[in-house]
Amino acid sequence: MSRAWEIFLARLPRGARAAAWVGVGIGILAAWLMTPPVMLRSPVVPVLVGAVAVALGGYAFTRGVRRLGAGAAVFGLLGAGLGVLTTQSGEANLEGVVVWSALFAAMLRYATPLIFASIGGMFSERSGVVNIGLEGMMLMGCFFAIWGADRTGSWLGGVAIAAVAGGLLALVHAYFAIHLRADQIVGGTAVNFLALGITGYLFIDIYKDTGTPSDVARIPDVHLSFLKDWYFVGPIVGQLNLLIWIGLVTILGSWIVMFKTPVGLRIRSVGEHPRAAETVGISVYKTRYAAVTLSGVLAALGGAYLSIGFVGSFNQNMTAGRGFIALAALIFGKWRPFGAAAAAILFGLSSALADRLPVYSESGAVLFRSLPYALTLIAVAGVIGRSIPPAAIGRPYVKQ
Amino acid sequence: MSDVEPVGGPGREGDSEASESAARRLAVLQRAGGMVTPLITVVFAFLVGGLVVVATTGKNPLTTYKAIFDGSGLNWLLPWQTCADPCTAALNFQQTLIIWIPLALTGLAVAFAFRCGLFNIGGQGQYLVGAIVAVWVGSSFQGLTPVLHILLAIVAASVSGALYGGIAGLLKATVGAHEVITTIMLNWIAVWVGIFLFGLGGPLQNDPQPWVPVSNDIAEGAKLPVFWGDPILQGLHIGLFVAAGFLVVFWVMLNRTTLGYEVRAVGFNPEAARYGGISVSRNYFLAMAISGLFAGLAGSLDILGWQFRLNVNDIQISNVGFVGIAVALLGRNTAIGTGLAALLFAALTTGTSTRNLDPEIFRPELASNLTLLIQGLVVLFVGADVLILYLWGLRRKARLGRGAAA
Repeated sequence: MSRAWEIFLARLPRGARAAAWVGVGIGILAAWLMTPPVMLRSPVVPVLVGAVAVALGGYAFTRGVRRLGAGAAVFGLLGAGLGVLTTQSGEANLEGVVVWSALFAAMLRYATPLIFASIGGMFSERSGVVNIGLEGMMLMGCFFAIWGADRTGSWLGGVAIAAVAGGLLALVHAYFAIHLRADQIVGGTAVNFLALGITGYLFIDIYKDTGTPSDVARIPDVHLSFLKDWYFVGPIVGQLNLLIWIGLVTILGSWIVMFKTPVGLRIRSVGEHPRAAETVGISVYKTRYAAVTLSGVLAALGGAYLSIGFVGSFNQNMTAGRGFIALAALIFGKWRPFGAAAAAILFGLSSALADRLPVYSESGAVLFRSLPYALTLIAVAGVIGRSIPPAAIGRPYVKQ
Repeated sequence: MSDVEPVGGPGREGDSEASESAARRLAVLQRAGGMVTPLITVVFAFLVGGLVVVATTGKNPLTTYKAIFDGSGLNWLLPWQTCADPCTAALNFQQTLIIWIPLALTGLAVAFAFRCGLFNIGGQGQYLVGAIVAVWVGSSFQGLTPVLHILLAIVAASVSGALYGGIAGLLKATVGAHEVITTIMLNWIAVWVGIFLFGLGGPLQNDPQPWVPVSNDIAEGAKLPVFWGDPILQGLHIGLFVAAGFLVVFWVMLNRTTLGYEVRAVGFNPEAARYGGISVSRNYFLAMAISGLFAGLAGSLDILGWQFRLNVNDIQISNVGFVGIAVALLGRNTAIGTGLAALLFAALTTGTSTRNLDPEIFRPELASNLTLLIQGLVVLFVGADVLILYLWGLRRKARLGRGAAA
């Protein structure tokens, strides 16, 4: 234990790096102090606190920690700006909008489909197969979860059938991408069209004009009654959907698989240098097939959460771009499990906030919804740390 | 299979990004298949669609397809077709052509970028930006003379589309950000900005009805003249000639100008093009900008020609730009091919719409999803060049075998 602790301590940032990280924290603090429950009302506070963050960032910058230092300065400025803005808002509005526990709970609900899909996308893309068909695979999950739950009468049946449907669609993508060496982006586009057609067709054919049944079996919530009275934590995690928990476990699990097991090493090597991988006896085709299929299964789980966990019904094209946000999260998180999940959670938070912002401005809240895409655009443009994809991504491989 | 060596090339030693470009792979296809392979793909997709119809509804797929064909108004072209006045077939055909205009142009948008080795998924976003600017210009500047107003709206929309597409090109040229990712992001930014602008409380929402999330109507003078059919019944507007003209412009630009030569050279092999003194990054930017120009133009023609206003709901459900991808792929990125593929998809869209398909024969809601399915299958199989080349190879072999025997 003490050994692990020492390793942990040794890995902590030091010197200018530490200063920069503290600067980032203080930048966030500058805005947080102005919101409930602390809710200071003087604009001087965020300016002063923000200035400290900027100073720390500047210090780090001059000591050679350029990127992080600049980041801390940006956080300081943003924190100060947001802090001053919040002092302009009425206290009642503020208390209505910024209820941290409710915001975090909503954030987790919005983030879960994105987490599943982006982790799924990570497996596919790390193995070298571009997957812009995530949206379609998720949509398959949405529909077949409802259909399965309706047919089998149990949510477990729904989730299982959703996973199979997503996996099958992914298998189609995999076959065209791997064996037929079709362009993977064309294939992904096709998969999205197909999923729209298949789910829309079956939805109309099976459920006609009545829509999906309202009494369909739902994925249960996990009630942690012992947490109920805990301050702050209770309202957030006391009553979460089972699939949210599974999603959080998936993040950790995918990290372990990807970076701590031979399987993960194989997937990554196939995505970075397939020829080298094949030379040491790894089957490029099998690994890619498995990874792409898994990505479909995971994306479909995200879809299943959306339909029989979150909403409880199905509508044509109900994913409405969430698969693409998941793709954005994957890229924003630099093709890493924790990075992708953190981005998914950030995007979830922005959705949760967008739900509450109409108090201030109906139209402004709408604009806020484009934030994930704008952030990703900035990230791929290399302003805050370039996102660099796996080396062999998008390239079909010809067996020797 | 020795004559189709390039297909095996991409995976071989020392492969650079150059040999992977979509344009190159499609160029191989062009040599191999020409018109035949897209036709096979379409027939195959319709076969699968027919099977779906039989399996799910038990209806005769041929009757269904005939109903869709009639709904699209393509029967107007048949010489033995007679019809009462006003002719339903003619009305339907006008609808098909109205949809053909934006599909052909967004198809050209995708095709042009393809020829430069870029995959422009952003046709939808560029189309929306064009539509937004067109509706803004069209509903402002009330006093302008009609011709000037129309020209101003079209030019402004096309330029905005070009700039919007140019962002992706610029990012590709300067920092190497993959155009697929940037254009996907730009698509969604355009969607949300559009909803913001025309939604409740948005800056460009209409003035008379503040509870409806729609733009102002464009001025009467900004509407494109209708040359076939009744202007009140959504007749065919002169945007048709603009789109047809741009098919020619596309061909001339690619095949008869230095710009087109450079774009195609970069598409075939950026390394070789660079070695030959062509600025690759300049061409990336230009190709994406021209691509965006086509899509922005499509948006403006839709607004000025028949929509006249932009509805938040339309922004959300529109998928013209995405169908444009299917159009370009099926059309092999050529001018004529794109025009024909756009006609196919326009006919499918019109033929399966609630307004045109006879519900007695087949439910339009089902049929419109059938359209999506067919589009998906077409894209899927058009992209599978190895499969097609393999079949082509078999055919060649069979022919050679026959020759040897004789």
